[in-house]
Amino acid sequence: MSEHAHPSRALYLVIFAALIVGTCLTWGIAFKDLGIWNPVVALTIAVIKATLVILYFMHVRYSNKLTIVTVCAGFFWLLILISLSLSDYLSRSWSLQ
Amino acid sequence: MSTVNQVAIPKVEVMPEKHYLNDNYGIRSWLLTKDHKRIAVLYLFTITFFFFLGGLFAALIRLELLTPQGDLFQSDTYNKLFTMHGVNMIFFFLIPSVPAVLGNFLVPLMVGAKDLAFPKINLLSWYIFIAGAAFALAALVSGGVDTGWTFYTPLSSGFLKTPVVVLGVGILIAGFASIFTGLNFIVTVHRMRAPGLTWGRLPLFVWANYAASLIMVLGTPVLAITLILLVLERGFHIGIFDPKLGGDPVLFQHMFWFYSHPAVYIMILPGMGVISEIITCFSRKRVFGYTFIAFSSIAIAVFGFVVWAHHMFVAGISTYSALVFSLLSFAVAIPSAVKVFNWTATMYKGSVTLSTPMLYALGFIGLFTIGGLTGLFLAALGLDIHVHDTYFVVAHFHYVMVGGMVMAYLGGLHFWWPKMTGRLYPEAWAKMAALITFIGFNLTFFPQFILGYLGMPRRYHAYPEEFQVLNVLSSAGASVLAVGFILPLIYFLYSLRYGQVAGNNPWKATGLEWETTSPPPTHNFEETPIVTCDPYNYGDDEEVHVVK
Ligand SMILES: [Cu+2]
Repeated sequence: MSEHAHPSRALYLVIFAALIVGTCLTWGIAFKDLGIWNPVVALTIAVIKATLVILYFMHVRYSNKLTIVTVCAGFFWLLILISLSLSDYLSRSWSLQ
Repeated sequence: MSTVNQVAIPKVEVMPEKHYLNDNYGIRSWLLTKDHKRIAVLYLFTITFFFFLGGLFAALIRLELLTPQGDLFQSDTYNKLFTMHGVNMIFFFLIPSVPAVLGNFLVPLMVGAKDLAFPKINLLSWYIFIAGAAFALAALVSGGVDTGWTFYTPLSSGFLKTPVVVLGVGILIAGFASIFTGLNFIVTVHRMRAPGLTWGRLPLFVWANYAASLIMVLGTPVLAITLILLVLERGFHIGIFDPKLGGDPVLFQHMFWFYSHPAVYIMILPGMGVISEIITCFSRKRVFGYTFIAFSSIAIAVFGFVVWAHHMFVAGISTYSALVFSLLSFAVAIPSAVKVFNWTATMYKGSVTLSTPMLYALGFIGLFTIGGLTGLFLAALGLDIHVHDTYFVVAHFHYVMVGGMVMAYLGGLHFWWPKMTGRLYPEAWAKMAALITFIGFNLTFFPQFILGYLGMPRRYHAYPEEFQVLNVLSSAGASVLAVGFILPLIYFLYSLRYGQVAGNNPWKATGLEWETTSPPPTHNFEETPIVTCDPYNYGDDEEVHVVK
């Protein structure tokens, strides 16, 4: 519950560098044919980058519990969207017999 | 004249000297205001304009459908008419109606606060709404859009030449107005309640708006993303929804309805909040099952998010998935029914007065119940195949949206009009308008249930001859309904100048908003109120609700 504790300038730069590395990595891997793993790798890197942005640039790591719960609710709702949509895609080819 | 009337000598009420309407004058004091009450009034004017614009499109639709031949409009023009009717009514009237007007005005008053948590964001919300509306009007005057309000792909992303992108951007922008309103309500309810106002003492109107705010904040971003993806596909041919480009059109429907089914609850939940307030006030009785009504709002908000594919049963989704969504859709009827039963139980053995707001509330209960139950027909997998995309669906959601939501909005507007303006509307005219609305509504939309069941599809400007009688009935009803909607516009404006001065609490209602003057001062309360008891202290002891 420390509203004034912001990350230091050095930490900001480290996060920024990590984001740049992530971007380059995504770009580089896009040229390699990994079959089904291409989107998996790209999405994994993207999720890690988004998490860094949310935790540090958006200060969620330094926020109070209510803010953290709010952010988690957002992701939980995204999970509802994805999982229930997949319930359609994954079972679409099953027959009724 | 009865003895009661002779005994009760009416006290002559006077307007307070200083209030939010005369605190400041001039166009600047309105356009730069941070007062939630003035922003509510700005929203009121804006959405009234869109309500009548949307109504105009509806009138043209009903005019075309008087005759079986498509003789008044080209089919393309007809497509634009129902699209602009739907877009106007849903995104620019129904979504903001109760939250942005009544909620904006009342939530801070009801929690005993001076304003919403973020007054500047509240004003920004209105400006963003205006910007979104400007895009929508631009799309309208540059020819109109013919996708239907649902924007289904690949029709919208690849085939139609109308300004889909402009309208899409308008709705996207207006969505942020709704997110800001929701955010403001959530923070206000959490952080700014008056001393003693525990969660268990919150008025049900606040609970309902809180639940709707959760949906606004959690659901609207998905609509924004969906519209952005649509624009990307249309503008830059990035394959997301178009099978030709490697996309999946059903994915659009999943994402669109993930927002747009819960959006039904953004529209109806605040309306239900209005009804809870009116029913208990005009039954002079403590609300029955406070906790159940409060939590059913939250339950509707949460469960409303897991039923969306009931719009897609014939779109080729998996049968197993459809089974699950059908079951969940049936389940969401339970919290709605809980509310209806509790309202009915509140009236039981109460001393019911049939004042205008109560007439609207009673209309709401009946019409919403019909609308809700026919929703179960549509959630049933087998029956939905028969009635899907027919007038049965049109009748169903108009029973919920007009018979339910618009009735609740009008009821609420009448109930709090004395608080907002300090003056009473003419009661006899208002009762007549409520009655005309009820009759006109049923005459318009009940025949559509039969039409749909007989197989008349929606969204066509021509139809087989045998459907004409029912269509003429429906169009006749629409003209009656129009009278019911225009009457309040006239007498509300009339009452601003000539209406009887209302006094602080003309209905003898409980609730913090009635403790302050009508209209309230800019800072709402002279002193911060301290709440000492339950919200609906009708009946046993009507005197003290709040100590100052
Ligand atoms: Cu739905």
